[in-house]
Parts: sequence; structure tokens; C-alpha cells
Amino acid sequence: MKNFTYYRPLSLEAAVALLDNRWGTTELLAGGTDLLDLQKEYIAQPDKVVSLTFIQDPVFTRIEVPQILPGTKPTVSIGAAVKIADIAEHAELKNLFPALTDAAAQVGGPQIRNMGTLGGNLCQRNRCWYFRDEHVLCLLKGGRRCFASDGENRYHAIFTKGHPCVIVHPSTLAPALIALGASVEVVGPSGKRTIELNKFFQAPTKPDQREHVLAPNEIVVRVLIPVEGLRNASYEVRHKQSYDWPLAQAAVAFRLSGGKATNVRIVLGHVAPIPHVATEAQKVVEGQTITRELAEQAGEAATVGAAPLSQNAYKVHLVKVAVKRALLLASGAQPDWAI
Amino acid sequence: MSETHPPPGKPGISRRQFLTGTGLGAAATTLLQTSEARTQASKVQAPKTVGFGPNAVACELVVNGARISVQIEPRVTLLDCLRHYMDITGPKRVCDRGTCGACTVLLDGRPIYACTMLALEAQGKKIETPESLYQDGQLHRVPAAFAQYDAQQCGFCTPGFVMAMKGCFDRNPNATPDEVEQCLAGNICRCGTYQQMRDALRSLCKKGG
Ligand SMILES: Cc1cc2nc3c(=O)[nH]c(=O)nc-3n(C[C@H](O)[C@H](O)[C@H](O)COP(=O)(O)OP(=O)(O)OC[C@H]3O[C@@H](n4cnc5c(N)ncnc54)[C@H](O)[C@@H]3O)c2cc1C
Ligand code: FES
Ligand code: FES
Repeated sequence: MKNFTYYRPLSLEAAVALLDNRWGTTELLAGGTDLLDLQKEYIAQPDKVVSLTFIQDPVFTRIEVPQILPGTKPTVSIGAAVKIADIAEHAELKNLFPALTDAAAQVGGPQIRNMGTLGGNLCQRNRCWYFRDEHVLCLLKGGRRCFASDGENRYHAIFTKGHPCVIVHPSTLAPALIALGASVEVVGPSGKRTIELNKFFQAPTKPDQREHVLAPNEIVVRVLIPVEGLRNASYEVRHKQSYDWPLAQAAVAFRLSGGKATNVRIVLGHVAPIPHVATEAQKVVEGQTITRELAEQAGEAATVGAAPLSQNAYKVHLVKVAVKRALLLASGAQPDWAI
Repeated sequence: MSETHPPPGKPGISRRQFLTGTGLGAAATTLLQTSEARTQASKVQAPKTVGFGPNAVACELVVNGARISVQIEPRVTLLDCLRHYMDITGPKRVCDRGTCGACTVLLDGRPIYACTMLALEAQGKKIETPESLYQDGQLHRVPAAFAQYDAQQCGFCTPGFVMAMKGCFDRNPNATPDEVEQCLAGNICRCGTYQQMRDALRSLCKKGG
């Protein structure tokens, strides 16, 4: 790891003041579960590391669930410094947003969840093995091409059209949060702004881009989730029960009134460079009663536009399964598969 | 200009630093009555933060109840700080990438990977390593059960498993075998001693941890 100067600001403003307006020279450090790996591999070589660990601002460090009264439009606030384990174990969040808490409970293993934060989870870098290899100069590191597109690509994207780099976005919390209609509050040199989470991610294609749209001197302060009484669930198809990222994930949310699903949102994880909104699948479910057959049709529709690579056509099937099962879970059906 | 980091070697954050650091500038002004604090409050400007390093800085950690001070570069991980600078070699370095669990220690009671945290980030927190499980000639019941049920071969993963299991029982003395196994999901044993570990943890669950 290249050595650096370590800063320990005690407020968000002090942290912002330490950041540069270009990527690479300065890195924010939260739980470190991603950044330290990147530094050890010399993918990140910051001169300054700005720790967020000692900032005590409650907006940044706490989960706030307001009283939920009929007729009001409450918003849940989760600070960016909140540990993933604390999201997974939060009783009220489990009740309101099982899509989020189930996804959180499956991230990595217990130690990763005890260390990793919500902000770090949303801002983590992709896990493509070419990108993570110090010796490979891929598109994202200033090289001329993406080596995964015709190389070892079994864990890469299947929604590849228009993407010169075929990474998958690594966050499992992001699809759940997008389905729930969340937004992020960020702070930068000119103050705070709010970004809808479905506009927060971008597919990077060059070294001065990250997997999100933040400026290099902006910090995620918190995530805001509207309480809209939506049924919601997330289903992950995993190779192993712990440690690894899922192979495919579907997060769904919808309003159930009179037995019909409306305001349907279906978001796929780990199949595209950004969390992938499955619009065709949403259309299939909108206004309908969720049955096994309908959930299956939605699964089919979710794969519209998929263009898998040489080694990952299997993910097309996993998407169908994930969408079907997430819809059934959210509708309250008894799972007929082992969980 | 004010220093907003705890001075090296002094873990934790002083009241004054906390107040200036968290935007409670006004409170700080009345409490401290320093011109410096007043300027900060009126300008509502972030105080300037002083950095540590890149050369070695003093770092005091609280490990198994003892305060230990060493000089380390900021890039030194908690694991390397414990092993190479403090000679606390219970936590093992296997993958050094947060994927095997051999380096597991308890940080304020929670299992974490020491290889994936900077030592400076652990300042002011309570660190427990496997060394804490043998005191006054007495072996803690978790490693004792590992010995009784022969739950190790090469033993490299064992300190990590033991700490993860201890952390689990500390949080929930009535944990069921399934719950304990969940707590061990961040640890890998390459020799495959899982069945013996199951036997060990079942014996502990019966005894209520
Ligand atoms: C073995 C393993 C398995 C994993 N499995 C999963 C999984 O299944 N699902 C999943 O979603 N993730 C998984 N992860 C990734 C893990 O969730 C992330 O590494 C973690 O969430 C990152 O959070 P952190 O606080 O440790 O971030 P750090 O490592 O501290 O930071 C990560 C990046 O985010 C930036 N950053 C951090 N906080 C902020 C902020 N507030 N504002 C702006 N930028 C910020 C940092 O500068 C850095 O670039 C896994 C990781 C490992 C090692
Ligand atoms: S050495 Fe830390 S997790 Fe493997
Ligand atoms: S005993 Fe050898 S790795 Fe577990």
C-alpha cells in the first residue's frame, strides 16, 4: 500500500474542506472494506486519506424512523456512516423495508457487515478482476479496452448494450433502495443537495469516472426512504450462502390495493453496470393480481434486452427466477423453494 | 487554526474537539470563551484539520485492557500493528483481504477483520484478541471446547473462529447452534474442521455459552 497522510475531521464540513476536486489524490475512508483492498492492490493510491469514522453528526451516524401516522408522508433517514449490520438488525426497518434489511443481512459475512457502512456500500468500486488487477490496464484505468467483454466474464453484465465496460454494480443495497424510491443527501463545497438514487449511479468508461455521479469533493450524508406502505422484497441467487456477491438479484416494491399491484418497481442487481430497472417486467405486473404465472411472466419480461457475454448466459435464467421469487415473497406467498 | 484530531497517542475525542467538530460552534463559544472558537462560530467555517503522517506517528491502542503505544505509519493495518509492532500474534494473517476471517478480533465487542482496518481507525476502541482468552492459567470456555472436540488441524483459522464464536456468545449467551453458525459465516477453515467445530459449539450451547 502506498503511504499517505491520514486526516481525522470531526465534522462533514471539515471533511469536505479536505477533498480535492479531482479523483485519485484523496479518498474518503469509512469502513475500509473496499478502500483498503484497492490500496493494497495499488488500484487506489491516494496521497490523503480522509477518515469519516470520528464524525459524530447524528444525521450521518443514526437511523431515524419517524412516527408513522395515517395521512402523513414520513421519511426514514439512514446516515451514511451506519453499519450494514445495524441496518440488517433494525426492527422497525425490518418491518417497513424487508427488501433492504434482507439484502443487508446477506452482504459479505458478519465481519464485513460490522465494518462496512451504507455510504461505502453505495460508493464502493466495482469488483471486476481485470479492474482489480494492478497489472491490467483496462478502460477504467486509462487503457484502450475492456478485457472482460471477450475475456473471463462469467460474473459480468448481461445487459451490455451501449456499455464499453461490462462491470456489474457491486451493491446489493442499491437495487432495494431504488425499488423503495430512496434518495441520497450529499454535501459538497457549496452545501447540500439531494439526488434520487435511481439517478445516482452511472456506468463508468474512463479513469476520471466512478460508478456514481458524485463530484470528487462530495460526501454522502444520508439516505432518505419515503414510507409509502409498499410491499417489498429482495431475492438473491447466490453461489455460496455467505462471503460472495450474488450472481443475480431482484428487488421489488409495489402498492397492493384490492388485490392488485400498482406503482410497481422491479430493479435488478449484479447484471448491469448500474442497478437495472426492469421496465418491461414492471408493465407486466402493473395493475394485476400477483399469481405464480404472472410472476413467471414478469421474470421473462425482465430479461428483455439482455445481451449476455461468452460465459454468462446462465444469468438470464437467474434473473427470471429472482424476479419471480421476489414478487412472490413481496405478495406474501409461501415460498416453495428452500431459503 | 485548531487541531481537530485527537493528538497521537491520546485515543478518543475531547469535549472541546467534539463541540467544534460537530457544528455546535455556538455552544463551544459560550463554554470556552476563546477568540478562536468565536471566530469559527461567526464564520460558520469548518476548522482546519491537521493530518497524521505520512511518517510514523504515535498510536495508542487499548488491547485486552492494556494501553499500548507504538510508532506506526498511517498505512499500517490493525492486524500488522498487533502482530508486528505489539507482538500480539493471536490474530493470523492469511488472505489480508477481508475474505477468510483468520485475523478476526473483537472491536467494542463486535467481530471485525483486523487486516481490513487501519490501526489508527481503532483508536479509542476496545480491542480483544485471542490472547485475552487465557488468563491466570484459565482457558476461556470457547477455546477449551475447541481443544476438547479436536476442532482444529493446522490451526491457522482457529483463533479467528474462536473470536467470532466468543463475540456471538457475548452478545447472546442463549444463542442456538444455528445462530452461532451464522456468526461464523465470515470465517473459512481450509482444513475442513467444520464438523468438530459444530460439536464444540453444540456443547457450548447446551451450557448456555
Ligand atoms: C468478502 C466480501 C463480500 C462482500 N459481499 C457483498 C455483497 O454481497 N453485497 C454488497 O453490497 N457488498 C458486498 N461487499 C462489499 C461491501 O459491502 C463494501 O465493501 C462495503 O459496503 C463498503 O463500505 P465501507 O464503509 O467499508 O467503505 P470504504 O471501503 O471505506 O469505502 C468504499 C468507497 O466509498 C467511498 N465512500 C465511503 N463512504 C462515503 C461517503 N459517505 N460518501 C462518499 N463516498 C464514500 C470511499 O471513498 C471508497 O471509495 C463485500 C465485500 C467483501 C470484502
Ligand atoms: S487475513 Fe483478514 S480476513 Fe483473511
Ligand atoms: S484448521 Fe487449518 S484452516 Fe482451519
